[in-house]
Order: sequence, then C-alpha cells, then structure tokens
Amino acid sequence: MAVETAPAATTTGPKLRRIHVTVNGTAHDVDVEPRTLLVHFIRENLGMTGTHIGCDTTSCGACTVLLDGRAVKSCTLFAVQVDQSSISTVEGLEKDGKLHPLQEGFHQEHGLQCGFCTPGMMMTAVGFLATNRSPTELQIREAISGNLCRCTGYVNIVKSIDYAARKLREPIEGKA
Amino acid sequence: MIPASFEYHVAKDIAHAIQLLASSGGEAKVLAGGQSLIPLMKFRLTQPASLVDINRITGLSGIRENGELQIGALTREADLEKNPIIRQRYPIITDTAAVVADPLVRNMATIGGNLAHADPANDHPATMLALRASVVAQGSKGERVIPIDDFFLDTFTTALRPDEILVEIRIPKPAPRSGGAYLKLERKVGDFAIAAVAAMVRLDESGKIAAASIGLTNVGLTAIRARNAEETLRGQAPDDKALAAAGAAAAAAAQPVSDLRGPADYKRDVVRVLTQRAIRKAVARAKGGN
Repeated sequence: MAVETAPAATTTGPKLRRIHVTVNGTAHDVDVEPRTLLVHFIRENLGMTGTHIGCDTTSCGACTVLLDGRAVKSCTLFAVQVDQSSISTVEGLEKDGKLHPLQEGFHQEHGLQCGFCTPGMMMTAVGFLATNRSPTELQIREAISGNLCRCTGYVNIVKSIDYAARKLREPIEGKA
Repeated sequence: MIPASFEYHVAKDIAHAIQLLASSGGEAKVLAGGQSLIPLMKFRLTQPASLVDINRITGLSGIRENGELQIGALTREADLEKNPIIRQRYPIITDTAAVVADPLVRNMATIGGNLAHADPANDHPATMLALRASVVAQGSKGERVIPIDDFFLDTFTTALRPDEILVEIRIPKPAPRSGGAYLKLERKVGDFAIAAVAAMVRLDESGKIAAASIGLTNVGLTAIRARNAEETLRGQAPDDKALAAAGAAAAAAAQPVSDLRGPADYKRDVVRVLTQRAIRKAVARAKGGN
C-alpha cells in the first residue's frame, strides 16, 4: 500500500509518522498522527469496524485486540506504539469460511444478546485460552473481568468460552 | 476522546531516553504501559508537548534475584503476577499485581509506571513501602538509588527529576521467618481501592513479631507508611490484642477524604480491619503457610 507523506516544510498540518503493522496477517504501511489511538486507526484508517468503542475510558474492553498475542484495550494505546507489531482483530477469527471455535461457542451457547461487547469478549478469550488450555469457570470469569457486558449475559459468555476451550483441546486429546 | 497533539519519540536505549527528556525542557512525559497516562491525555487533564516511548528499550524489563530482588521498571503487571520467583518468595507482590485494574490493563501496565505515576490510589506504592524497597533512577547526572520512603513527595509527584527515568526496583531478600500480604477492598473489579493495606512481618524464633512494616493505599495524598502501627507490633505475639492495637494505629495514620468510594470514617475503619487481616495473613506466610 503506497501512502504519500506531505513534505513537512510546506504544510502546517500535524506531523505524521509512518507505521508498519500486520493486521490479521496483512501488512499495512500507514501514516498516522502520533495521537491517533489504535482503535481509531483500526476502525477509520483500515475500515475494520468489528473492533468496537464502548466506554472509551479503559473500562469496558469492547475495543480489545491482540497485540503480539496479548489482549489489550486498543482505546488505551497509540497506533504509533504498534509499529512493527502484529495485531489480531475479530475479523481475523474466521478462516476459509469456517468459524473460529470461539465464534462457534458464542453461537452454540447463545453468548451474545445485543452483541456489542462480543468482539472484545472473543479477543480477550483468544488471548486467555492461548495461555490456559483447560480453564476453570472461575479462571474464565477472572479472565473476562476487564470486559463489560451491559446485557449482563455473563453466564452464557462463560459457557461459550468453555465450549471453545473444549473444542480447541479436542484435536490433541483425540489423538491421545 | 482525542488527546492533544504531541511529538512522539521512540527511545532506543536509556541514554537516548534521558537525552530526549533533558532536551524537552521538562515538557516531556515517559510513555511506558500508558494505562494511566493515555486516559489522562484523552481527558486532556494532561497535555505533554512530547512523549518518550521507552517500550522498545531492551533490558528494562525482567525479574532477577541477585542477592536482592531486581525488577525492571518496564516489567508488565501480567508478568509479575505469573512469575514463579515472585509467587514463591514475594507473594505480597503477586497479591498486589493481581488486583491492579483488570487483566487487559495488566497486559500493558508496568510496575515502574505504577510507582512513577505516584497516584495514591495505585497499588504498588504501599507494597513497596512495606517491602522497604528502593528505586533506581538514571538521568543526565548518572544513576542514583532512592529509598522508597523518600520517593513519593505528593500526589502525582515523585523525587524523580525531569531528566530522570525510573529503571529498576530493588527489594531486599526476604529474611528468615518473614512474610507479607496485600489486601484491597474495591467496589468492583478494576476499580481503585476504597482502601488497601500492605503488611510485612518478621518473626523471631519464639514466634513474636521482631519487625513489621505497613503501607496504606488511597487514604492520603501519597501512599502512607503507618509507622505507629509498626511500632505497636514490635516484640508482640501476633495475637488478637496486638493486631487490634496495630489496626487502630493504622486507622489513625490514614488521612482519607469522603468521596464516591465512601465517607472518610468508613475508609478509616476499612484500614483498621484490613490491617489486622493483612498482618494475620503475613504471619501465616512467615510461618510457611499461605
């Protein structure tokens, strides 16, 4: 992707900075203002609106994405900070028309009502299940304690994540 | 919410970070985990002219036991929480890291930022007071080690000079028969403490308290060291009477204000109760329990 930078000497606009970031496996080179938040970069510069803005105050977790595999709140990070990094968003979960086990879990267990918190919940769970393959219910509840569901549908969200954990263990356990 | 514009600099190493800070004339802020700084910038409560991003500096994070415990300032809360050395030998730090904000914030937030931000509501300051820690600062004039008692000057104000950066936290090796605990009361997960108490005790061979140190969170302009409470415990058996006296002394040391987290009297009473519970847990750990 070619992006032209306006010559600094002839403009009074904000100073831009070129970042190179891989989002869901696709590399992007984009010029951004340093103050651009990661969530705005994802939604507005890349046009990927699966990542939601809820509270915008580091409380609700609707904007959660993975930064080099770790779940973080993208409203509390500048896009310039993720230069040379790898980001995963909810759009990257589905592969070749096949739902990710977490998406399947949220479908099977009715893990969403209004759906606003769902992308954040799922990305938090992806990061969490990568570090804990066999979580207890309590551990799942702790893991999503930075994500708010204002429908208060937590019971089914926990079930959905547990479904995905079991599904993700299946292939290996099947061989054993 | 969009922060005001700023110049963004990526520091390559500590010397570069110091140079960037020194050349900013005091107008730059260090960007570590950013989990306090960025929200403040979004609310425009702070509008630094420039940010010095230290996240790319190698060697600023990590946990080493080298006679003493050395924690790199850029160590993330999530890594502290999971670290086996910390879990086994410094469980008071695990207690503390595990109640900082929420798991997503802890994936970014750093222990150095938690201390250098000097918010009296932050959790590590009280724990570091109880642990008798010191912090290592590097600046244009070289390196200095600042005892934690001299570090917090006021709300959001530390002994760090504008061209200094906090690089490491040093914690003395735990003495035999010592233990500690951090207990926090919060309205909901992720909130700042209504009040919280950090307690460390060292027992003598007869099981009496040889020394205690106690830090209080969010009941004053800075984290508070409850020295009188520490004194009341010296030489005492850790029985209900001694704990009650320490709880009362800690409550007297607290200087809470009434706010959305509760009236001042209530918070003082929370300090009284949490102090007793934290000492009890610290004593149990000093005896090898959990």
